[in-house]
Amino acid sequence: MAGLVTTFGSGAMTNSIREIGDASCILAIGTNTTEAHPVIGLEIKRAVRRGGKLIVANTREIELVSIADIWLRHRPGTDVALLMGMARVIVDEGLHDTAFIEERCENFDALKESLKKFDLDFVAKTTGIPSGKIVEAARMYAQNSPAAILYAMGITQHSHGTDNVIATANLAMLTGNVGKPSSGVNPLRGQNNVQGACDLGALPNVYPGYQSVADAAIKEKFEKAWGAELSDKPGLTITDMFAAADRGEIKAIYVVGENPPLSEPDALHAIETLKKLDFLVVQDIFMTETAELADVVLPAASFAERDGTFTNTERRVQRVRKALDPPGDARSDWWITSQIAQKMGMKGFDFISSSNIFDEITSLTPSYGGISYERLENGGLQWPCPDSEHPGTPILHTAQFARGKGHFVPLEYRESAELPDDEYPLLLTTGRSLYHFHTGTMTRKVKDLNNLLGEGLIDINPVDAEKLSVSDGELVKVTSRRGNITARANVTEVSDEGVVYMNFHFAESSANVLTNPVFDPVAKIPEFKVCAVKVEKNSH
Amino acid sequence: MGDITLTIDGIETRVSEGMTVLEATQQAGIYIPTLCYHPDLAPYGACRLCIVEIEKMRGLPTACTTPATNGMVVQTNTPQIQEFRRGILELLLSEHPHPCLTCWRRDKCGPFDICLRNVDVTQRCVLCPNNGNCELQEVVDYVGVETVDLPFTSRGLPIDRENPFFERDYNLCILCGRCVRVCQEVRGVGAIAFTSRGSETLPGTAFGRLLRDSDCKYCGACVDVCPTGALVERNRKWEGAPDSKVATTCPYCGVGCQLELGLKDGRIMEVTPLRENDVNRGQACVKGRFGIPEFVHHTDRLTTPLVKKDGAFQEATWDEALELVASKLSGFKKEEVAVMSSAKCTNEDNYVVQKFTRTAFGHNNVDHCARL
Repeated sequence: MAGLVTTFGSGAMTNSIREIGDASCILAIGTNTTEAHPVIGLEIKRAVRRGGKLIVANTREIELVSIADIWLRHRPGTDVALLMGMARVIVDEGLHDTAFIEERCENFDALKESLKKFDLDFVAKTTGIPSGKIVEAARMYAQNSPAAILYAMGITQHSHGTDNVIATANLAMLTGNVGKPSSGVNPLRGQNNVQGACDLGALPNVYPGYQSVADAAIKEKFEKAWGAELSDKPGLTITDMFAAADRGEIKAIYVVGENPPLSEPDALHAIETLKKLDFLVVQDIFMTETAELADVVLPAASFAERDGTFTNTERRVQRVRKALDPPGDARSDWWITSQIAQKMGMKGFDFISSSNIFDEITSLTPSYGGISYERLENGGLQWPCPDSEHPGTPILHTAQFARGKGHFVPLEYRESAELPDDEYPLLLTTGRSLYHFHTGTMTRKVKDLNNLLGEGLIDINPVDAEKLSVSDGELVKVTSRRGNITARANVTEVSDEGVVYMNFHFAESSANVLTNPVFDPVAKIPEFKVCAVKVEKNSH
Repeated sequence: MGDITLTIDGIETRVSEGMTVLEATQQAGIYIPTLCYHPDLAPYGACRLCIVEIEKMRGLPTACTTPATNGMVVQTNTPQIQEFRRGILELLLSEHPHPCLTCWRRDKCGPFDICLRNVDVTQRCVLCPNNGNCELQEVVDYVGVETVDLPFTSRGLPIDRENPFFERDYNLCILCGRCVRVCQEVRGVGAIAFTSRGSETLPGTAFGRLLRDSDCKYCGACVDVCPTGALVERNRKWEGAPDSKVATTCPYCGVGCQLELGLKDGRIMEVTPLRENDVNRGQACVKGRFGIPEFVHHTDRLTTPLVKKDGAFQEATWDEALELVASKLSGFKKEEVAVMSSAKCTNEDNYVVQKFTRTAFGHNNVDHCARL
């Protein structure tokens, strides 16, 4: 997100899901779309059926590879080299959109200068892709307009994730692929309401609508509206919170619907940290791994038992409607939080309904200003939607970038923090399966989904499997510098030589016990996609 | 593209260029019977039921495959057309159980009545899970088939119950090809195709393998487009129609598919993707389509506040739990408290959580799992 804010001025998907199928070229990098966002996968297939070109950049032979025009199997963590290499080819061959760059962008010369380091030999050597293929991909992307870039956590979950994102934005600006239909840079958000949680200010540095906490005028506006004294100092991110809790500086945490023991990197350490707390409150629909550690557990209503709104990956605010009464004494999350606030003697939490809260949201959040429950009855609305007459915004940056001029950012290639070595010779990367969701709190409760995929598999290339004399279906021990787990080997060419892959849905073989808690310095996203492991036959 | 005008059953209709005769007719509010047609699929022209008469055109063209042109004069319901449709339906019904469809006392027959006179148990519509929701019934009623003179041949196939989500009873299949086409055209998967030839033709996987050994992703699109009871969701098979329906947004990934929850007796009996929207347009994935009711109604759901005493959780009232949380949180120094919100909760929840953190503790230590 930080990468797109720097370059474009807004960190959300620039275009809409529906437009993807009309693109002339799609570059899908770091996204296994058909598994993690199946319905967006359908749009990619639609584009290909219409004759659009598809470039897939992924270390794994995912489903989309079978319909791709070009498959770039780059080594995990070398995205910057690949994307800057493509940019270099585009500039060298004069395929860039000079009019767009001159009119809409700035700092092009600095980018050009930094491209000098990304000659084809270097890029081919770093990424492991033959230089001819890189040239071919660069030309395909530049010459088939409109071209859309799609990416997901395969781009962001790196110690240099912000650089990766900037590299995609550079490429899109270079070819004039911003601000028009079926183009743009499109981060696919993983969870149902990541976009909304960010939009509504569940972030340490911004109020709802990305209004900076450090801005004095904004602070004053919220102080006035909320009748409380606020801080202009950005707060702690989740990863900072864990570090502070580890040091004993944070003593109490209130967790609403999160399950850090499975989703945090170096999960064993995260559990130890939570145990150190003096007081832990967990609010969830199930007794999660986190709730087990809590002092107080508060039962929440599920999505089917409450009214509200979710904002999807294309910035579309859509209604959630109450279909059932919650089981037992379970309550909506907002009700619980408001009650705690009231018991603490606070004013401004006497909400009576979700629409009541939504009205307060729209009065303080300019990009949501024109949205109301009434309007949402006729279908979702995409922000920015500043007033009640505004139709919503399917495409961002049409006339100018949110920050004014699109800002090219020169980049350097940096290696991932932990690469395979003699002791830990394999590179582990993680991802999602079609059949499960995130930490499995919901999907692991569904018997039939567990029948289809009920345990954590580790995908391993036949060549590596033979070296380790591991056969398909055998239990293996996977060890990293953080810990070890047992998982069943899935010997498959889907995984490249030297690379192993796991899902992170399974508590029994939790991939995040292994992952490396190093972070992108700007976005504070952990490096889930690259760490070094060794795989051994299970001695039992 | 501009507009064109055509006359359908004597009614002048203005439609946009590029529409088929069938689409133009539907826009004019006139019903033409169809079975293989589906708005999300390319025109196919297999069932031949949408035949119409068009002035200055030979024969009886199918409305679904004929482009509408300016000045066209179309008849959708002449005695000749209906006669042809009856013939087509008779052929079709010679392989689909149908005695109930042509029974004179069908309207009087309830789901639990025992029919002594007319119909074998295995052939009764009232014992089909799709009864009342069947497009074949609808078409037969419109065309009006009184008798089927051709002998009925039962295919005698076992019901395929191999996959966990839906059952496949090809004794009820009318070979409209919608399932095959949606899997290929919309889902881009092609797990099933027509297999065998002639009277043996049926939809199936390559080499008759199990669905789980095919490329099937269990999205359920084939079930949603099936006009008969051939493909039926297992969990709702004998539930009948839902009491009520609620439109909502899927709680899984960030796509935000629009779904409809069908409710019966206070439970979600089925979840179907909605068509009229710009997000998923009638599609979903296995998680949204089949993976919701079980977790919502799971017995492990938390139903009461719990407070840990001596290492074990004990049930508490809301008042006790809230008082405890409020007093405990107030007891720390403000900077010693942090709050984690959630990307699974609603916008309203997230707003309240961040407002609470910022106003109660005077700092901004609030975050959620966007990065994970």
